[in-house]
Amino acid sequence: MAQKTGTKSTTGKVRRVIVVGGGLAGLTTVIELCEAGVPVDLFSLVPVKRSHSVCAQGGINASVNTKGEGDSPRIHLEETVYGGDFLANQPPVKGMADAAPGIVYMLDRMGVPFNRTSEGLLDFRRFGGTLFHRTAFAGATTGQQLLYALDEQVRRYETVEVEDEKGIRLRGERMVRKFELWDFLSIVRDGTGRCVGVVAQDLKSMEVRAFPGDAVCIATGGPGIVFGRSTNSVINTGTAAAAVYRQGACYANGEFIQVHPTAIPGADKLRLISESARGEGGRVWVPKDAKEKRRGRDVPERDRDYFLEAKYPGYGNLVPRDIASRELFNKCFHEGLGVYNPKTRANEHEVYLDLTHMPKEVLRSKLAGILEIYEKFVGEDPYENPMKVFPAVHYSMGGLWVDFERRADGGLVRGSPRNQATNIEGLYAAGEVDYQYHGANRLGANSLLSCIYAGLECGPAMASYRSSMPSSAFDVASSVFDKAEERERKAYEAILALNGDENPYALHKELGEVMLRDCTIERHNGTLDAVLAKIDELEDRQADVGVTDTSAHANQGAQFVRHLANMLVLARVIAQGARARDESRGGHYKLDFEKRDDSAWLRTTLAMHDGVAEGRSQVRYVRGFDYALLGATVAVTDAVDVSLVKPRVRKYEAAGAASAAATGKI
Amino acid sequence: MSEDAAKSPRTERTIRLEILRQDGPGQPESKRWESFDVPWHPQMNVISALMQIQRNPVTAEGKKVAPVVWESVCLEEVCGACTMLVNGRVRQSCTALVDQISPEGEPIKLAPMTKFPLVRDLIVDRSRMFDDLKKVKAWIDLDGSHDLGPGPRQSQGNQDEAYPLSRCMTCGCCLEACPQVSASSSFIGPAAINQVRLFNLHPSGKMHAGERLEALMGEGGIADCGKAQNCVDVCPKEIPLVDSIAEVSRQTTRHLFFGWLLR
Ligand SMILES: Cc1cc2nc3c(=O)[nH]c(=O)nc-3n(C[C@H](O)[C@H](O)[C@H](O)COP(=O)(O)OP(=O)(O)OC[C@H]3O[C@@H](n4cnc5c(N)ncnc54)[C@H](O)[C@@H]3O)c2cc1C
Ligand code: SF4
Ligand code: SF4
Ligand code: FES
Repeated sequence: MAQKTGTKSTTGKVRRVIVVGGGLAGLTTVIELCEAGVPVDLFSLVPVKRSHSVCAQGGINASVNTKGEGDSPRIHLEETVYGGDFLANQPPVKGMADAAPGIVYMLDRMGVPFNRTSEGLLDFRRFGGTLFHRTAFAGATTGQQLLYALDEQVRRYETVEVEDEKGIRLRGERMVRKFELWDFLSIVRDGTGRCVGVVAQDLKSMEVRAFPGDAVCIATGGPGIVFGRSTNSVINTGTAAAAVYRQGACYANGEFIQVHPTAIPGADKLRLISESARGEGGRVWVPKDAKEKRRGRDVPERDRDYFLEAKYPGYGNLVPRDIASRELFNKCFHEGLGVYNPKTRANEHEVYLDLTHMPKEVLRSKLAGILEIYEKFVGEDPYENPMKVFPAVHYSMGGLWVDFERRADGGLVRGSPRNQATNIEGLYAAGEVDYQYHGANRLGANSLLSCIYAGLECGPAMASYRSSMPSSAFDVASSVFDKAEERERKAYEAILALNGDENPYALHKELGEVMLRDCTIERHNGTLDAVLAKIDELEDRQADVGVTDTSAHANQGAQFVRHLANMLVLARVIAQGARARDESRGGHYKLDFEKRDDSAWLRTTLAMHDGVAEGRSQVRYVRGFDYALLGATVAVTDAVDVSLVKPRVRKYEAAGAASAAATGKI
Repeated sequence: MSEDAAKSPRTERTIRLEILRQDGPGQPESKRWESFDVPWHPQMNVISALMQIQRNPVTAEGKKVAPVVWESVCLEEVCGACTMLVNGRVRQSCTALVDQISPEGEPIKLAPMTKFPLVRDLIVDRSRMFDDLKKVKAWIDLDGSHDLGPGPRQSQGNQDEAYPLSRCMTCGCCLEACPQVSASSSFIGPAAINQVRLFNLHPSGKMHAGERLEALMGEGGIADCGKAQNCVDVCPKEIPLVDSIAEVSRQTTRHLFFGWLLR
């Protein structure tokens, strides 16, 4: 446990820090801060127990090697960076892979009802991009169970009182104060540029208020809603990330968006059918005959094309997501072999994901959560009928740029104030909102892990920043906070005054449609130019929005106008990054540049906000920058640290290709 | 990418929603029903219908109004946010499929839950449910997050019992349906009682079972349950709430007689 230093500021106020976001990453950060004796204010758009992490289904990776397959953190590291097409900095990935078994044990001790082996140990299943059983799971609602466990620990800290350095309790001051149903608007920066707090808005009373904090962590999750419909929750607009990017935080690798191969098409959401379905033995196929009229279950084995197994005998249905999604897309769009619908007489953009050959009791104990979703929304029994699925936007590998301090052996220096630090002093980021752990493509079940690991590093980093900072945010002149609050209040009033003809929800729909069509699985420079032109158009039209709701309570319409503006800013970062990167790597694929090009593009895309010109946000891409931290200057470049696993061509045809270095096969 | 909306056959059919609205807390004078007609589409649910109202907030009578507000997050019945009364029945609106609740095109009535303070339109304030989780100490008393090795070994049988209990998403359906829960009663309700059963089942959670039971022994505690069993019928996660109440009841009785002896 870290030492408790300086509980109070010179003006006698309790020195709190701020965490924005209560998903897995935010909650873990809070727990670490509390263990270090640092009191926290936790902000969230929704009660944290309803955060998007609740949706995660399949599981969390840790190379515990329960099945005696010879799995190890070394192999986990290699498969993660190989799966990410070598774009991830390797030391943080090593830190994560090494910490993973301990993380799963911690969750187990917190009471997560993980599935068990016959000896009462944790059970593990297979996931994509590996041949090992490495994924711990709680039925098919693992994210829900992990989120609840962390939420419970944080709730416990809501009842614990702050102690000062001498161990004296400060009556009425709780370790955690929650501000749920609050929307983060921006950070507060003092005269030297340090981040010293946040401005947020209460979504019930619409009150705008500034809060001081010695350090701030952004743990606000991914931006899936920029694409209209995705597997993400409706609150995942990326608005907080965009807001701090506009205030000077660097956004990295924005163009790397993961499309998941298997989701249920829907008008409001594309509901995920987790990779665990394939991990437990699910098979993907299409009928060989493009005009096959029989129902899926009636098509005999010889008339089915198990195209992933045929093309990738080594990894089969469990090739990484970018590859599986492209193959599905190819089958449906280019080969016209999607499942035939006799009613519309067309080949739908759907393939079969089949579990009907599996024993029902295994499905019930390991996959019931996702099969329920299919049954509820499609109205067909997946125990008896192959499911119909298609790819959907799922996850952002890119996000806020964050630093790390490496040890000589390749791991991270625990408690270094550089870990998870953005380029704005005092501002940290953790979770899907950071860009750090997955490179150009994320492996399944590595995200719950990276979110928790980032939180485990972020908490101690913020605690040591707080104990070394020369002066507390609570000693900064109150005028700094008043000014920030006034700025945001004016901005909100300006939104309420908008009375044009455009509907913000309709503009969002248009944005989602082009982003989904032209900025996902296959990208072309021509269509990307059109996407950017569309973003210009939408930014222009956004000035002409009308706000029909001027209510002083729960005004979701006005809030959405703000989120839309931020989504347009992020959309541009994503699309312009994609336009610039003339190569194919992981989730970023251009037909006209089919190869990975390490000589030109083995580098991080670093995007900086360059102001607004005639209503349109401008992006500046840089090859490096300096940032200030505790009186020192840290120089950053876009070079990727590939010192632990040498880059090689990524292929999944042969079994073991992804772990060849660690297992001595090359 | 998937363009199901584009490929679906165009139909002129519309769905009528009748929504009980109120502008804010303490403004009962603004309470009113408003009707909206929205175009039908395949696999439509109540949330996607509400989203259409957002894009075009005009009532059936052609009046421009403020868009209806509601809570939702996951849209797949795991977050618990979107609970409301759909045709008088408490449930999640994201899984309320229009073709199922209105097979003949009957109007769909939406109203906010009644057992929680109203915020606006379909939004209510459920913070008491989270506060109740504090009261019953619904957590494991962890020594710390540092690596202390694996947790206690547990059988798959134990997981089979605990997992269904731990799927409670604090949605509020059970409190809304329970006749013992009301503005004038302090009954904690079935959701928190079920959490006590869950944590008292866990090998480390057990060590603090007494504290949780004591929280349920006073006024508003488990004895206030009238055993009407309404709760179990409405729980979307099919949590065996009545069994949980019976089990925790047994535990409190045992604790009352022997708890002091065991200290
Ligand atoms: C359907 C689905 C299934 C998945 N399954 C898996 C899986 O099996 N394994 C795996 O490893 N990964 C999985 N993932 C990915 C994983 O769930 C996410 O990447 C991860 O949960 C993100 O966690 P987080 O803590 O970063 O953010 P989130 O859980 O998204 O939390 C973000 C938090 O920030 C808050 N917030 C956001 N904006 C604001 C704002 N402006 N103001 C205040 N608060 C704000 C929110 O309220 C929330 O509390 C899945 C993802 C999806 C969509
Ligand atoms: S059994 Fe009846 S009284 Fe008891 S909690 Fe359930 S609904 Fe309420
Ligand atoms: S017990 Fe069931 S009905 Fe009650 S809050 Fe939990 S999930 Fe909802
Ligand atoms: S939106 Fe999460 S349960 Fe309906």
